[in-house]
Amino acid sequence: MTPGAADGGAAGGAASHLSRLRSRHLLSAADLTAEEVLLILDTAGAMREVGTRPIKKVPALRGKTVVNLFFEPSTRTRTSFEIAEKRLSADALNISAATSSLVKGETLADTARNLEAMAPDIIVVRHQASGACHMLADICSSRIVNAGDGMHEHPTQALLDLLTIRDHKSTFAGLKVAIVGDLLHSRVMRSNVVLLTMLGADVWVCGPPTMMPAGIGRLGVTATSSLDAAVDGADVIMMLRIQLERMSGHFFPSLREYHELFGLSRARLARARPDVIVMHPGPLNRGVEIASDVADGPYSVILEQVSNGVALRMAVLYLIAGVTEGVD
Amino acid sequence: MATRSTPAAGQPPVLLKGGRVVDPARGVDGECDLLLRDGVVAETGRDLPVDGARVIQIPDGLVVCPGLIDMHVHLREPGQEYKETIASGTAAAVAGGFTGVACMPNTVPVNDHAGITSMILRKAAEAGLAHVYPIGAVTAGSRGEQMTEIGALRDAGCVAISDDGHPVAEALMMRRALEYASMFGIPVINHCEDPSLKGDGAAHEGHTAAVLGLRGIPGAAEEVMVARDVALSELTGGAVHIAHMSVAGSLRAVRSGKERGVAVTCEVTPHHFTLTDEQLTYDTNWKMNPPLRGSADRDAMLEGLADGSIDAIATDHAPHHADDKAVEFAEAPFGIIGLETAIPLVLDRLLHSGRISIGRIVELLATNPARILGLPGGSLAPGAPADVTVLAPDAATRVRKDTFRSQARNMPFEGWQLRGAVAAVLIGGRTVYVNGDVGAASAFDKS
Repeated sequence: MTPGAADGGAAGGAASHLSRLRSRHLLSAADLTAEEVLLILDTAGAMREVGTRPIKKVPALRGKTVVNLFFEPSTRTRTSFEIAEKRLSADALNISAATSSLVKGETLADTARNLEAMAPDIIVVRHQASGACHMLADICSSRIVNAGDGMHEHPTQALLDLLTIRDHKSTFAGLKVAIVGDLLHSRVMRSNVVLLTMLGADVWVCGPPTMMPAGIGRLGVTATSSLDAAVDGADVIMMLRIQLERMSGHFFPSLREYHELFGLSRARLARARPDVIVMHPGPLNRGVEIASDVADGPYSVILEQVSNGVALRMAVLYLIAGVTEGVD
Repeated sequence: MATRSTPAAGQPPVLLKGGRVVDPARGVDGECDLLLRDGVVAETGRDLPVDGARVIQIPDGLVVCPGLIDMHVHLREPGQEYKETIASGTAAAVAGGFTGVACMPNTVPVNDHAGITSMILRKAAEAGLAHVYPIGAVTAGSRGEQMTEIGALRDAGCVAISDDGHPVAEALMMRRALEYASMFGIPVINHCEDPSLKGDGAAHEGHTAAVLGLRGIPGAAEEVMVARDVALSELTGGAVHIAHMSVAGSLRAVRSGKERGVAVTCEVTPHHFTLTDEQLTYDTNWKMNPPLRGSADRDAMLEGLADGSIDAIATDHAPHHADDKAVEFAEAPFGIIGLETAIPLVLDRLLHSGRISIGRIVELLATNPARILGLPGGSLAPGAPADVTVLAPDAATRVRKDTFRSQARNMPFEGWQLRGAVAAVLIGGRTVYVNGDVGAASAFDKS
């Protein structure tokens, strides 16, 4: 068992002994240690309280400039970051950049250099290319937070998923977590697999073989194309959004058959543990990967994930900024 | 026929004395003198008389072999001179130990017309360094729709045809090209990769690509087209040469074709027998096509080099400007340069590891490329061109891109410490390159 897994064994309750992160950036969940993950979750727990106050604001990041640089459309993640920044009193601004370097005629590196010249403290980046945040971190002295890069990672999503799981489960160790859907294209899956396996969970991934990344077995997960096997006895079920345009890439023949084989219905859910929680990073395709009565049903924690997103991102921004005061 | 550097009139003969000569075409490996006169090898043998020749006493430990030929490079001219020119590319070639390079037709415009071939040869003659052997396109614009005038291309100096980078996707077109080109005795070189299986892949489909979130190119994308081309070569009798082979399955298909006597040959690059995808990051200097494969595939390439089923080592020298590479991994162009790192990699990884002999190395880099492309070099027999590469197998090389003669710098070997170097290069009897880092190489100085 790795030291990470040992830490994870007590993750439900234990508080982290760290007070700061090693890295200036959050580029990838894979860069975090189990201790750092617990630190982020603990900090998020404290940040959650800020959202319950009549005046939802602390001065922690006052005078810090945070740029939300989004090259892909996003409502949920961008809003979540923006609210988190405002609750920390940062000066937040949003840039919705044109798509790719090739289309807009300015390279990503040049965009970064121009932003850098205006000296922001933190840049939150969403980009359609895997590795884009690493590239920015190489160029910029600003701190970079990955808000989703291509098919690579979406670390704050996975962290808020962990926060949500911890609210409901006493420990990560041995927890059966089933991640279901378009595994190939999912950055949410990659970040979650990294963190959940680090904390000792029993991670199952499930999807059609056409959407299963090569070599996925080496990620320390159990891969299956049987939804029943994945759901059987599961403590947590995480459904992934299916991109409707995937049908054109010969990934699956029809939404009807996809729902039939990989959609989470109430009947399927009955195989899981009685205290199962159902998660989804959104946006939902109702009736495709998840039936409405499951999404809206008693096991669903989908909206809790959204709420936790704000607190988690406050924690990440606070820790990345490296400030040590101003939360109270 | 392709350009030749003409020896200066009145240049005295050159006598290479006392070196270890390795010339597998004649089964030679031993101490031997070599008299170069009027641009050709005039005489070989022990203790040849000096007889007015300029004498170069070969220092101990160096190996004299036929001029090496890189049968797969991109010189970028015409059209992309900001990446490389024929002058800079051939300067890189001689600094890398190559007396000849075969250049792929994916220039702008594509070398699909005799006029472009002639222009390339004229520029190569002006540069006056390595011989340049143009490869013409299979189809107009390499669009896969209409066959080029292969006869005219051959007459203008093309030594093979290829739509490199744009595989000949349609089986019927490949069949016709093999049949038609066989009339001129030149091979069809194919970059084997099924375009639909490749899709918009950027890295080898495997664990590393899964972790990095990069779209994958499965090894089968190459293998299925190699298998097809072996079958079509068998059907037509036309010679097919598989460019930059990278996976074990392709090698199996080639071996099985060779066992049946099919006219198939293949090459592998130094990076594919040295690196694997395990080392991949988002550094675009590691992005090439075919991508770096897994260790089983890499080991299969090493085995094929050792057992003779791989015919040639070629660099796929693919210069790109730093700006082109300074973009997101998925958007960066494929390709790395290789002319100036190939020989140290070959000597370090293949000779000093004990995998293959120096004779086999010369076969892979001179004898076989000359045979496959029907070139005059590849041997030091009397009458052969006076193109000579002198290797220093034990000299230390530290890879430093700032010393490259290529205009480009895109490669993943910066700072590597390797055992083996090129000492000197003679073309047409004229010394065109001396490696100042190899002490003994001063014997070749032109003075």
